[in-house]
Amino acid sequence: MKFLIAFLLTAALAFTGGLYFDWWIIAPAAFITAILVRQRPGIAFLAGFLAVFLLWAGLSYWIDVQNQHILATRIAKLMGVGSPFMLVIVTGIVGGLVGGLAALSGSFMVAIKPSSRS
Amino acid sequence: MRLIPFVISTVVTTAVVVALSRPLGNAAPMPLGSFFSPQHGFWQNAEPADQDFSEQLKLKGLKGKSSVYLDDRLVPHVFADNDEDVYFIQGYLHARFRLFQMDLQTRAAEGRVSEFAGAGAIDYDRAQRRLGMKYAAENALQEMEKDPASLAVFSAYTRGVNAYIHSLRSSQLPLEYKLLNIQPEEWTNLRTALLLKMMAKMLASQTEKDFAYTNARSVFTPEQFAALYPQVPDSLLPIVPKGTPFEKPGIVPVRPAAADSAYPAGAVAHHDPAAADPTNGSNNWVVDGTKTQSGAPILANDPHLELSLPSIWYEMQLSTPTSNVYGASLPGSPFVIIGFNDSISWGVTNSQRDVKDYYEIKFKDASRKQYWYNGEWKDASLRVEKIGVRGQSDVYDTVAYTHYGPVMYDDSFNDSLSGKRNLAVRWVAHDPSNDGWTFYLLNRARNYDDYTNALKYMVCPGQNFVFASKSGDIALWQQGKFPARWKDQGMYIMPGQDSTFNWQGFIPQEENPHAKNPARGFLESANQRPADSTYPYFIPGSYITPRGVAIEKYLSSMSGITPQDMMKLQNNYLNVMAEDMRPILLKYVQRDQLKGSASKYLELVENWDLFAGPDSKGQTIYQTWFDSLNRAIWWDDLSQVKPELPFPDEETTMELLKRDSTSMAFIDDRRTPDTETLAELVTGALNRAAANLAEKEKEGKLEWAAFKNPTIYHLLKQSKKMIVLGRQGLHVGGYGNIINAITHSHGPSWRMIVQMGPLTEAWGVYPGGQSGNPGSRFYDNFIDTWATGQYFSLWLMKKSDALDKRVKWTMQFEPEA
Repeated sequence: MKFLIAFLLTAALAFTGGLYFDWWIIAPAAFITAILVRQRPGIAFLAGFLAVFLLWAGLSYWIDVQNQHILATRIAKLMGVGSPFMLVIVTGIVGGLVGGLAALSGSFMVAIKPSSRS
Repeated sequence: MRLIPFVISTVVTTAVVVALSRPLGNAAPMPLGSFFSPQHGFWQNAEPADQDFSEQLKLKGLKGKSSVYLDDRLVPHVFADNDEDVYFIQGYLHARFRLFQMDLQTRAAEGRVSEFAGAGAIDYDRAQRRLGMKYAAENALQEMEKDPASLAVFSAYTRGVNAYIHSLRSSQLPLEYKLLNIQPEEWTNLRTALLLKMMAKMLASQTEKDFAYTNARSVFTPEQFAALYPQVPDSLLPIVPKGTPFEKPGIVPVRPAAADSAYPAGAVAHHDPAAADPTNGSNNWVVDGTKTQSGAPILANDPHLELSLPSIWYEMQLSTPTSNVYGASLPGSPFVIIGFNDSISWGVTNSQRDVKDYYEIKFKDASRKQYWYNGEWKDASLRVEKIGVRGQSDVYDTVAYTHYGPVMYDDSFNDSLSGKRNLAVRWVAHDPSNDGWTFYLLNRARNYDDYTNALKYMVCPGQNFVFASKSGDIALWQQGKFPARWKDQGMYIMPGQDSTFNWQGFIPQEENPHAKNPARGFLESANQRPADSTYPYFIPGSYITPRGVAIEKYLSSMSGITPQDMMKLQNNYLNVMAEDMRPILLKYVQRDQLKGSASKYLELVENWDLFAGPDSKGQTIYQTWFDSLNRAIWWDDLSQVKPELPFPDEETTMELLKRDSTSMAFIDDRRTPDTETLAELVTGALNRAAANLAEKEKEGKLEWAAFKNPTIYHLLKQSKKMIVLGRQGLHVGGYGNIINAITHSHGPSWRMIVQMGPLTEAWGVYPGGQSGNPGSRFYDNFIDTWATGQYFSLWLMKKSDALDKRVKWTMQFEPEA
């Protein structure tokens, strides 16, 4: 449940933030979520990673389909990643990595020492 | 808190975010984080295939309400109440669909490429500044802003461009800005002037060969020089039909007594890193009602330029209560440049005239503050150029300006081979002019008189303006401001220490070569010399002869012409050069001396139909053979000096061989003790070509299109990776000497046919698309139509057609309250 809340909150904050701020807003979004929704660091990373991965991959996939792959075909060649679908995955990984790392940092900030964990 | 893991994790996260926010380097300046972000980066440029272009816009600077109807090809039909609004909207639309190219081309004109491309472009930027491109634009700007009507029009255009730029959020920037990690810059009237000077440089610079000819004088006798680089080729069919009488010249320049002896002797080796493409050329022609099926004149034009994506042209209709014009516009400038209105149509080809000379300057000292002129030291003005360079500190360059113009070459700007020559450039493009006004007036012209009046504003680049009117007139004027030269003036670098060698005046405008309603019923221009030797002025240039010969061959024999015939002619592949050259090759080739596949290739050339279509093998073999022979004949002669002298024009070689099989002894290889014969050269050339062609055949590249790989590059072609934004491997034939003049990456950038009947009918196509966005389906959607020789019907819409089903989207413009 916590995982789902963290996942949804990160994605929502990242998306809304993206409307008003530059791309790096995904990092504070995941960081703040990890502070608000306490989870084990590994789980927090996963929530942050998946949230932004799916947000970025999902948005770009949606854009790509509507665009009938015109631009992604060109950019995929430019970046040497093969296909528009691979470009969507790479987009997701770039965002996901930042989201995951930021969530990890947030979770460490509010984490209880491992020894005192029940 | 788990402090240590927190610190480590936070540092790593920050490092990753910072790394993704920084450019990867000059090769890939885009920061990956924002580039990949689907809310900020390139994904935002991926336009939905069903994009709705309709908009309601309230913008500051408009006077009244206007409507823009976009048709199914995304061509805007602009309806405004007055001139200012129509050009405001033109500026807005140019920026909306083509901002990057306007911005790039004007930055390049000003010599500011290093600012985003880094140190590799410093030489280019210096050459632009030393040629005085901005100085030329500043002089033009004064003229553009002198007349209140002109000022109002150019300023309205500028306001329109800026209205769009200011409306852009960073996520909406064109893709190229994101790739290069740069921002758009505010438009100004000066930038419009810079763009027009870029055209002047493209078309009216490097039409002179002063350096090369100066070098040639040191190795060739005057007779040899005249044979290699003749002023009037035998095969010339000039723009003004032969036999047309010319008026007595209004100005007769006086040839100085020292003309032959006073030229600075010896070799020069200056380089120009910004050398223009020598193959820029174009066709236009017009036939009158006696030669057409409908009885109405038909006009055709196809300007040949470096093909690019986005295209140099943007199609549009501009309509106000007093004007209604349709055609190809140039993003960065108001007006329609090639097009038609309810009464007339017009088109342009390049004049190829030499309007740029170099004068050797003697400075008093290294400061270059004073130079010797007419017996005294005269002050030069020094212009300090600051060149910003991405990734390093600014570079400064000081350019001395004389009364001739900027001293382009001096100690600090030349290559390692050159002497210490200071060369000032005298270029017509530096003279104050409002060339754009020609197009403002042509857009509104109703008849022949309006057309000739409009032309008077055109100073540089000199153009051949073809014309047809609904009232049945046809005409062709070569228009520009051209120096009245004494014989051989400006062929070579001239002494600049006194006024003896100065230009003494200009050819009176009304004496520019022109023709109206000739008895033969047609006129054509294809970059050839505009007139034969009876024209009373000395007019050097980089003329191209063969295409004009081919066009006349067809037009003179045609009758009952339809627009479809003209389309076929624009796409014609006849190699008229080969028609003359093949018999020479076949006559001299020694069949028993052929090696390898040479015999097979010879047979293909013998059976070739002389058409350079995409699947032609004969064209590939012929051209390779000719190029190989050309080199065998000339290289030993031309490489006697460094840098090597330019090859004679191909028709010159052909004409020399026709007259004399030793070609004035040039056939002999001066590097060997033997005396080579033409037969040996022709045979050797085929054997060498065959070896090369056999390789190509193995790769499946013997067909002409596969051999030359027709390509339309993106404007950022300097970066090899950007080929992903271009198109390669187009299935088209043609060559520079063929009517359908497609080379590897150069060719007909806009094809237009207009029939001036009771109802104006027009067809056109260009190898690109209306949108400059590589993420739009309108980016390159015309290319296949262009490649297959097809056309779109051009719709001169009426305001009452607003409900026509061809209208797909509507943009409403109104002033901000």
